[in-house]
Amino acid sequence: MDDNTIICRCEDVTWGEIRKQLDKGYMTLDEIKRITRAGMGPCQGKTCQRVLLHAIARYLNKRVEEIQISTYRPPTKPVPLGVLAGGQDD
Amino acid sequence: MIEKADIVIIGGGVQGCSIAYNLAKRGQKNIVILEKDTVAHGASGRCGAGFRQQFGTEMNCILARDSVKIFEQLSDELEYDIELNQRGYLILAYTEKEVNQFRKNVELERSLDIPASLITPEEAREIVPCLNTEDVLAATYCPTDGNVNPLLTTFAYAEAAQRLGVKLYQFTEVQKIETDKHGIREVLTSRGRILTDTVVNAAGGHAREVGELAGVEIPVYAQRHQILVTEPVEPLWAPMLMSFSRNFYFQQLPHGSILGGYGDPEHEIIGHNTGTSWEFAATMAKKMTSLVPILSNVRMVRQWSGSYTMSPDSQPILGEHPQLERYYMSLGFSGHGFMLAPITGVMMAEYIMEGSTYLPIEKLNITRFERGELILEPSVV
Repeated sequence: MDDNTIICRCEDVTWGEIRKQLDKGYMTLDEIKRITRAGMGPCQGKTCQRVLLHAIARYLNKRVEEIQISTYRPPTKPVPLGVLAGGQDD
Repeated sequence: MIEKADIVIIGGGVQGCSIAYNLAKRGQKNIVILEKDTVAHGASGRCGAGFRQQFGTEMNCILARDSVKIFEQLSDELEYDIELNQRGYLILAYTEKEVNQFRKNVELERSLDIPASLITPEEAREIVPCLNTEDVLAATYCPTDGNVNPLLTTFAYAEAAQRLGVKLYQFTEVQKIETDKHGIREVLTSRGRILTDTVVNAAGGHAREVGELAGVEIPVYAQRHQILVTEPVEPLWAPMLMSFSRNFYFQQLPHGSILGGYGDPEHEIIGHNTGTSWEFAATMAKKMTSLVPILSNVRMVRQWSGSYTMSPDSQPILGEHPQLERYYMSLGFSGHGFMLAPITGVMMAEYIMEGSTYLPIEKLNITRFERGELILEPSVV
């Protein structure tokens, strides 16, 4: 993994962008997410959160279970507003 | 941890970080911010982050106008791109009563150099071609309203404050504020004690409890407020769309996603609940798709919530507590804390260091509730 490796494919966030924030002293997954948008795209971190957790743990020299994960929120997968509004069949 | 501080700020949200930065910028030394989680973990990082100058009271117009002036140059000042955009707010009127109120609002705003105007539904559709203007009687539009990235703004204030010497302790919870007959003596935290005679309560949703820790009463409470966001799509329209009578606000962000919410003071959970409800998503989706029908196929990717800190008149409480010397408060913003943080940070710093501010702060003092001098702002969601 080098600085150009894309960690979050939805938001095109590279390891270099994430490492820069870790270098600045940010340490939690939520902080990294909030600054870089890693995990904020349509998949909501389902693809990248595990990769990111391991990368942060390795950087901080901690075990992966010591890194707190972000809150998972509804919906489980993206839902059209028209379906939510009840205006059309899914 | 540091043992002694000149000023201890409780809360690492946008209020606390803005106050800390402005104090340090004015030369104040030995400032500490205590945050029980991480910076922007509470309402600052959960808000819609729109800022508007279209209000119905002179005080709110002036506060908002001066806050926007700061936002306009804040990326340069803090050396951090906070993603400012000024694409305006379009506020829709659906009743005659609203039209009359908006006419007054615009007159007031224009007298204060806020470039708002009352426009027709046809003119509104020129600004937002995909807008369903059914039942819309008129609208007000102010092109210099806008939004910023609330997370980056709060981090930017926190980083700038630390460059000026402010000490930030995260994951540090305040357990007690010890006082004696002279005032504040020390702040006890989960990581040790800090001797200080000055505390700033900028604890957002937890402001009431942070009052109780010092034995003072603060008449505010936390109430949940929900927001949803969609996947990013191509640019559809520019301004924030808002209505008081139909109760919504939503906007397409520069990034492409559409974000919005509505207030539900009668039903929403009171307290520190940050869960979400299905009813909110369904109701918000109805509001959005009826106003902008092309949104039907755009997908929601997330919903979340945070706390409004409600005061008895839904206006902020700024200033010193009458029962405890040098116990300052910047809280109770009732949903407008983020947009006002640039200006309230300046005002609080001036007030703490010099005892007065360039804008009158007395009106927002906590004693107004006892005096019965509530501030009645007609234009809130």
